[in-house]
Amino acid sequence: MSRLRAENLVYRPEQKGPFSFIIEASSCLGLTGPSGSGKTLLLRALADLDPYKGLVFLDDSECSSLPAPAWRRQVGMLPAESQWWQPSVGEHVEDLDENLLLRIGFDRDVLGWSISRLSSGEKQRLALVRLLANKPRALLLDEPTKSLDSENVQKMESLVADYREKTGCSVLWVTHDEEQASRLGQTRFHLKAGNLVEIERSDR
Amino acid sequence: MNVIPLSAIDLSIAAILVLALAGLSFRLRLELSGQILVAALRTTVQLLLVGLILRLVFASKEPIWICLFGAVMIIAAGREVIARQSRRLKGWSGYGIGAGSIFLSSVAVLLLTLTVIVGADPWYTPRYAIPLLGMLAGNTMTGIALSMNTLTLAVSQNRSIIEQRLLLGQDRSQAIADLRREGMKAGMIPSINAMATAGIVSMPGMMTGQILAGSPVIEAVKYQILIMFTISATTGFGILLALSFVAWRLFDERHRLRLDRLQ
Repeated sequence: MSRLRAENLVYRPEQKGPFSFIIEASSCLGLTGPSGSGKTLLLRALADLDPYKGLVFLDDSECSSLPAPAWRRQVGMLPAESQWWQPSVGEHVEDLDENLLLRIGFDRDVLGWSISRLSSGEKQRLALVRLLANKPRALLLDEPTKSLDSENVQKMESLVADYREKTGCSVLWVTHDEEQASRLGQTRFHLKAGNLVEIERSDR
Repeated sequence: MNVIPLSAIDLSIAAILVLALAGLSFRLRLELSGQILVAALRTTVQLLLVGLILRLVFASKEPIWICLFGAVMIIAAGREVIARQSRRLKGWSGYGIGAGSIFLSSVAVLLLTLTVIVGADPWYTPRYAIPLLGMLAGNTMTGIALSMNTLTLAVSQNRSIIEQRLLLGQDRSQAIADLRREGMKAGMIPSINAMATAGIVSMPGMMTGQILAGSPVIEAVKYQILIMFTISATTGFGILLALSFVAWRLFDERHRLRLDRLQ
């Protein structure tokens, strides 16, 4: 059970914030907002990939109390476009849970596939599997389903939901799709013109 | 062992060759003639000046002059390293890393060579110390310039990959290990090639010079081997040092890639 909490977070380059919010354990926060509003930069700050002011906690441990690589293994960020630097898929992951692969529509053979033959959608799905192999306690997902067809969108959503419920992981899901945001998120935020606004759910 | 002295006329004949080349490239509009002439002029003036200074230094045998001469060499080498970077580190760190690595590596190997291997009396005899330092620092400079340029260029072109690796929990040295290897290779290849082709494809300049100046051939060969080994070692250690410093500057203490530190 891990909750992610930001306290007076201010990040580059236009000094956005200060933002304070909590993503409770096992819950998902949906974040929408126009392009350029700083959603990706917010995720980068939470993953400690960019310098920021303020405090970020995973449960009771503050980010700077852990070495940065350890923090990033626990607060796993999936960038909008995944990168692959070895020739084949398998060289990018250790200790892979095969069930994850099956759940998202691959079998073990995929590990031998060469990166150059992957479509952007396949890369995106495999990037999630690669990230989950680290067993993160919080997930920061930057438009993870952007290049997927509806069947795979659904597979990805249910995989993340199961992981979240099984491990108590907290999830921040950035999306352009308002419907997806309300489908996924127990809470929903909208980032616009430097303001982070919580959107009340209308269906409750 | 008498050297046949070269007269001003002898050198003028050689200069005519360079002038002819410059004239030809002007006719062919290669836009090189200016550069050829300036470089030839610089060679003449610089070497004559150095000759005059070296004559004084050799005569005085004062360690202070040797140190001063060496310091000027290393300061100039540091400037050359910086001048050859397409994306250099901002501020003093770029210069400091280049000059510092050349200094540490070439002075360490120089001291070892002078005291243990050559064993001149006194060990700092300028006739040995200065040419050795010049060859070590000059080759190390080229190696470090190539390596630093390769690494900083590769890092700025592979930002997304490095950040992806950081996001997966790799630390900064893991995230740029491949690129560092490329940088090391780029800087070491000239030394490795020089060792591999010495005597077959190319006659090393120092050995040729010694033979022309009348030294026994086998002595010249032994000195050349010594020089090749020490140059390779100095270049390699210098590159390792410089790349470690560059890699350290390119990330901050939270293992974040800091391309803002590059120009």
